[in-house]
Amino acid sequence: MPEIKVVNLTKKYGKLYALDNVSLTIHDQEYFSLLGPSGCGKTTLLRCIAGLIEPDSGEIYIGNRRVDKDPPEDRDVGFVFQTFALFPHMTAWGNVLYGPKVKNYDQKQADTIGHEVLEMVKLNERLDAYPSELSGGMMQRIAVARALAAGAKTLLLDEPLGQLDAKVRNEIRYEIRRMAKDLKLTAIHVTHDQAEAMSISDRIAVMKNGKIVQIGSPQELYMHPNSLFVAHFIGESNFLEGYIIKANGLSEIELRDGLRVKAINPDIKEGERIVLAIRPETCDMKTGHLEAENALHGKIDKITFEGTLIRYEIRLENGDRLIINKPSLTEEWVKMGQDMTITYPLEKAHLFQYPEAGLAEEIKV
Amino acid sequence: MLSKLWNTLNKLSSKKPLKYTLYLSSIIIFFAIILIPPIIGILINVGSVQVVLKNPSEMNVALGAISNSIIIGLVVAALDIAAGVPLAWLITRSKSRWMSVLDTLADLPFIVPTSALGYSLLLFWSQSSAGISGIFGTIISPGWLLVMLLHFTFSYPVVVRIVVGALLDYKMEYERASRTLGAPPMSAARTVTFPIIKPSLLAAYVLAFARSLSETGATFIVAGTFLNGPIFLQTVSNQFKAGQISQVTYQGETVFASLILIAVSLAIFAVISVVGKRIKLPFGHGLPVFERKISYKKGVWTRNSIALFVFIVIVLIPSLFVALPAFQAITEGTPLVQAFTSSGVWSTYWQSLFLSYGLAVTVTILGIIIGIPMAILIARKTFGKWPSTILDTLLNVPIIVPSIALGLSLKFFWQGTGIPEFLLLVFAHLAITFPYFVRSMSAAMDRISLDMEEAAKTLGAKPFTVFKTIVIPLTKYSILSGAIIVFTRSISETGATLAVATHLQTTPVLIVNWVNALRGVTKPIAGVDSLTVGLACGFLILFSLIILFVLRLFTKKGKT
Repeated sequence: MPEIKVVNLTKKYGKLYALDNVSLTIHDQEYFSLLGPSGCGKTTLLRCIAGLIEPDSGEIYIGNRRVDKDPPEDRDVGFVFQTFALFPHMTAWGNVLYGPKVKNYDQKQADTIGHEVLEMVKLNERLDAYPSELSGGMMQRIAVARALAAGAKTLLLDEPLGQLDAKVRNEIRYEIRRMAKDLKLTAIHVTHDQAEAMSISDRIAVMKNGKIVQIGSPQELYMHPNSLFVAHFIGESNFLEGYIIKANGLSEIELRDGLRVKAINPDIKEGERIVLAIRPETCDMKTGHLEAENALHGKIDKITFEGTLIRYEIRLENGDRLIINKPSLTEEWVKMGQDMTITYPLEKAHLFQYPEAGLAEEIKV
Repeated sequence: MLSKLWNTLNKLSSKKPLKYTLYLSSIIIFFAIILIPPIIGILINVGSVQVVLKNPSEMNVALGAISNSIIIGLVVAALDIAAGVPLAWLITRSKSRWMSVLDTLADLPFIVPTSALGYSLLLFWSQSSAGISGIFGTIISPGWLLVMLLHFTFSYPVVVRIVVGALLDYKMEYERASRTLGAPPMSAARTVTFPIIKPSLLAAYVLAFARSLSETGATFIVAGTFLNGPIFLQTVSNQFKAGQISQVTYQGETVFASLILIAVSLAIFAVISVVGKRIKLPFGHGLPVFERKISYKKGVWTRNSIALFVFIVIVLIPSLFVALPAFQAITEGTPLVQAFTSSGVWSTYWQSLFLSYGLAVTVTILGIIIGIPMAILIARKTFGKWPSTILDTLLNVPIIVPSIALGLSLKFFWQGTGIPEFLLLVFAHLAITFPYFVRSMSAAMDRISLDMEEAAKTLGAKPFTVFKTIVIPLTKYSILSGAIIVFTRSISETGATLAVATHLQTTPVLIVNWVNALRGVTKPIAGVDSLTVGLACGFLILFSLIILFVLRLFTKKGKT
């Protein structure tokens, strides 16, 4: 049913573009995330869809109906606020029933809906408690139940897990997804937490400075980032700077201090300045200074034990630093100062043109 | 030398005895000077009411006057809310740049001292009585309707100010949530916004009610033959001064009326505070359908137009209408020359102005000194939760008690002690204005996080240093705005002033006397004509404006 379409949406605050000509289609029943650092425009976009912010120009469609001139109460969207915005003067039950009541359902109908949605969020206790008496997790469930009770087929979630403790957060995020799927809702979930977006979304739009940088499934974004920003924001990447020496299919690259490696090159010309992005978990490393095809050499400079992973920081021969993650329980640990030989699979390293504004500026979040 | 003293005090400030001495002296002064005398004075003379009880007709006049006061207070406060909330809504929600202008304009009637306001309204609505050739002629003669208009006008800005503050503090997210759940704007306001800001609406209602009940001078100007509580008390006092009634009758009637006024106003306050908390508006099945019809373009336009019309035509223009005779006086020249040469009645005027401002400055300074420890005590709950709550509740008493009753009680309390009249005026004004300052200051203290004070302490600051370097800089604008309220209230006060002063005359009292002389209510005063009164009001407003403008410059700078 409700496919959500946004066409050329622009919203300016003073001279700043909160949304810069954004276009996007979210499929029916899709669990979609808007991901990006704070100030990227993700919340503005979500609020424009809900009707809480009026865009300067552009169109918004919900299920083929153009809604951008409609007030929020006529858009038929459920909205879960970051602060939950539970009405403090009403009990949990009163909050849940607010939507049906304000839409003039009769008491019986409202009660039935109330019980149904509470069943769904698995909450059937403490319904006569006021929001200030509930735990964060409970408030979150009530907020979702309240949004669902209004009968909307679209669920808009604005950092819905931001106020919860880490443990509860991980539990609830899967529950929300399950609920959206069970009810066949179209859900848009705004978050700045890439792990959260990766674990629950069908597709993700990564945003920056009011623009969408890339849209794709979690796998696509992780395996094939289209920009340095996405490579950096989703997962983790090592960035090595250099120049293209020879540009044909498999290009030869000169890193700093004349180190030479190879990388698959889409279309960057010879002589251009580039950044090579390598994920820390894709690298293979062996102890000792070994001669090998396309290898880098360095010394272990810092070791951090992170539980599941061990994180090695390696100082390469040219002074660049490279991070490599290894499973902590299944692999032999390496000692500080050890000489290492590092190789990486060519198809998992990505080559990007060096950004005009500089690398630090480009990946700044 | 001074810095040495400061250092010693600062070192001592972490010692408990000094801390407690400071707080306790503030509490003692509060009880001994501000709270108890205005109540006890009446109670120790309670025996004198027998004169009234033996005279049913006189008693009925008093009771009738008091019930007039109460009905007008309750109705006017309700009208203030009905008219003030839409304007506050417009001011806070409209994105137009004109709103800050409107916001400032809404404060204007607030700074026109009420007696000048009374004269201004009299001119506007009932010009023929003031002897000025008017534009409309008489629309409303002096009487109960004009009293209601007057009370509406001077309490309206108070309501707007409180509701604007509440709406600015209110988290819009609640209303947005309500909208996404399907509520049209009017339903969202009724079911979510108003219930959440209900405490502020109640506070605004109580304050408007209390001010209506207290106001004396301006009411006297526009009342005609209409009697309410304060006017009754003032009339009795005038009769006594004119030798028409005996000391016993005077004291009996005064104590009787004051006692009932105090008791009833406190009772109503208690009822509103208790019942108000419990009132829950029903959800109103079907109402959202109706509200949907008036929530959008036409409905909003109509509501805003009415709000603006009421504000401009009923509040703003009548309040400033006194400028007309003031300008006339200036263009004519003679009254202006007389004013500046201080000839004739003008020497009394300048004396009174000197007294008014001297009094206001004294009261403001004392209020700040006594008020700050009290505010800290309330906000920081230094002596525990209950003492703070009790002190906070007691602060309402001087606000709720009608000021003329408060003044009379104060006079009875101190009479025979030979206390200088100026000091009595200081006590009266201090009692009336003190709660406003403490409230403003303790609210500011609530807003600064305790963490900051604790951070300063962990960095080695002694309590006095914390106060000087953290508390004062963070609250100085609230101190200033609290001081502005104290100052303007003192400048405009008439009820308690009339009650306690026998020789001294503040400017608002002088204006009341002049207007009444002009209207033939009292003996004519040579040299007092409508232009003189207009100019006198004009000066009073002008000076208040200048002082406020200067203070505003300071507060504006600090806005973050």
